[in-house]
Amino acid sequence: MDMSENWKEDVAESEEFDFPPDPADDFEWVPATKEVAGNMPDLPLETWQSPSTSRREFLRGVVCSGVAVSAASYLWAGNSSEARAAVRGVERLVTLNINGKNRRVDVAPNETLAHTLRYKLGLTGTKIGCNRAECGACTVLADNTTIYSCSTLTHQSRGKKITSVEGVAAPDGTLHPIQQAFIDELGPQCGFCTPGQVVAAVGLLKKNPKPTEDEARRALSGNLCRCGAYDHYLKGVMRASGRA
Amino acid sequence: MTDVMHSFDLFAPASIEEAAKLLDKHGKEAWIVAGGKDSFDWFKDRVKRPSAVIDITGLKQLHGVSDKGNYISIGALSTLSEIEDSSLLKKNFPLLVEAAGRVASPQIRNSGTLGGNVAQDTRCSYYRDGFPCYRAGGNTCYANTPTAMNREHALFEASRCVAVTPSDTGPALVALEADMVIARDGKTRTVSAEKFFIGPATDITRMTVLEKGDILTEVRVPKKWAGAKQYFEKVADRETWDFALVNVAMVAKVSGGKVSDVRMACGGVQCTPRRLSNVESLMKGEKVGAEMETLAKRVAARGAKALNYNHFKIPLMGNLAARAVRSLA
Repeated sequence: MDMSENWKEDVAESEEFDFPPDPADDFEWVPATKEVAGNMPDLPLETWQSPSTSRREFLRGVVCSGVAVSAASYLWAGNSSEARAAVRGVERLVTLNINGKNRRVDVAPNETLAHTLRYKLGLTGTKIGCNRAECGACTVLADNTTIYSCSTLTHQSRGKKITSVEGVAAPDGTLHPIQQAFIDELGPQCGFCTPGQVVAAVGLLKKNPKPTEDEARRALSGNLCRCGAYDHYLKGVMRASGRA
Repeated sequence: MTDVMHSFDLFAPASIEEAAKLLDKHGKEAWIVAGGKDSFDWFKDRVKRPSAVIDITGLKQLHGVSDKGNYISIGALSTLSEIEDSSLLKKNFPLLVEAAGRVASPQIRNSGTLGGNVAQDTRCSYYRDGFPCYRAGGNTCYANTPTAMNREHALFEASRCVAVTPSDTGPALVALEADMVIARDGKTRTVSAEKFFIGPATDITRMTVLEKGDILTEVRVPKKWAGAKQYFEKVADRETWDFALVNVAMVAKVSGGKVSDVRMACGGVQCTPRRLSNVESLMKGEKVGAEMETLAKRVAARGAKALNYNHFKIPLMGNLAARAVRSLA
């Protein structure tokens, strides 16, 4: 059927269709009555506005004041940021060293590193699997040791060199020996745990360039693989050992 | 998938004095975080929602392992990996190195601290899931009912609560007669590892003597047992990540085939690391051998009161004690 402007009428005419009454049709907006105002003793009656307007105004107010507060903390913070952190809590704007670059990010106090990497910096190679330090999909390197980024506050990573899976390959795009070995050994099946496995293996080779099979197994023991491709990853590490 | 953490104010003090001030100011709302491996689970589950979180990882003086003559000092913020890699500890206390190396997974050991490992809360799944049990301030135990899943719970000294200590380093420190240094209001006090852990009969809402306002700063391991025979073994459902069902830590001095002194402790069977004093007393002055193994196995779990699903821990404890004895041969 050709949908014209007044399709309601067309339908009604053609099929004798009875539309149910639309409650919005006879809605009449009335200003707030005295009872409503009675619940808000602090506000005089004339300041009361319809909910939609007041919500918008409220949001604008909050955004403005937020800007004012963070600007103020910049102007008057001085050099004693450590002392500030002790008395008034941490700065929201922090500099993080991610994959060799300094990135300025606005970070909430309760934000995890995995969240910041994925949703603020767009580095979605780091996966969030269990989000409670069990599965290892979120593994990143902090000063060359592996950590679970889902269970680390971003503020705790200030001053550390963070390497996510995006920073593992060479700048010209050449894959890290571990990445190449995982491809050669058919490591990934579904691939969700692979970024974590890559970072854990890279972390191992940084500490121990020629690990034994047992050492490699132990180093990757904090990374779950639901496809069960553990042996493939292990073979990959052994293939890359001595080459990183 | 869990929720994001509740919103809180994060403080990063640079000295113990500042941290103490913050703890004082925020009182019951203050929560100390170091590695955060225990804390963030609580926050994500929204079971605990403190409004002021104090990140003490900036307290530089609480890091590192050092030799102080009579004892080896381990800063409470030393990560479990640092303990695992410390040549000083490897030489003197392989027991502690072994125990730290069996905690959780490599990533957790890289950020989890020794202080956190001994001060962590119990893993009772009912308590963790936010059930209003005795430990959470309620008036019932959900783990000790006819249908409850309690295979991970206590065999000994349950008092209303049947939760167990989850720590691997705890039994090791109890066996090594370590001392815990606790700072509060600019003063420090020292508590022996054995008294550091407390059971439900003492305070049902805490696992350790630490109260709000206390900071565990240092663990001192006396050199009394340096170079002695040491043994650690942990049995868990999974080889990695999982908490111990039962673990055993033993230090012993053997001369001329006879045990002159011994200390043995088990984790995972009681709210605190349990000293196996009956095994110790049968070993002292006796000849190491198959007979001692058999006896140790027989008495290790004496007095155990099993719940519905944790009977298996009784032979497990006996076997672990026997294996510890066998390691002396």
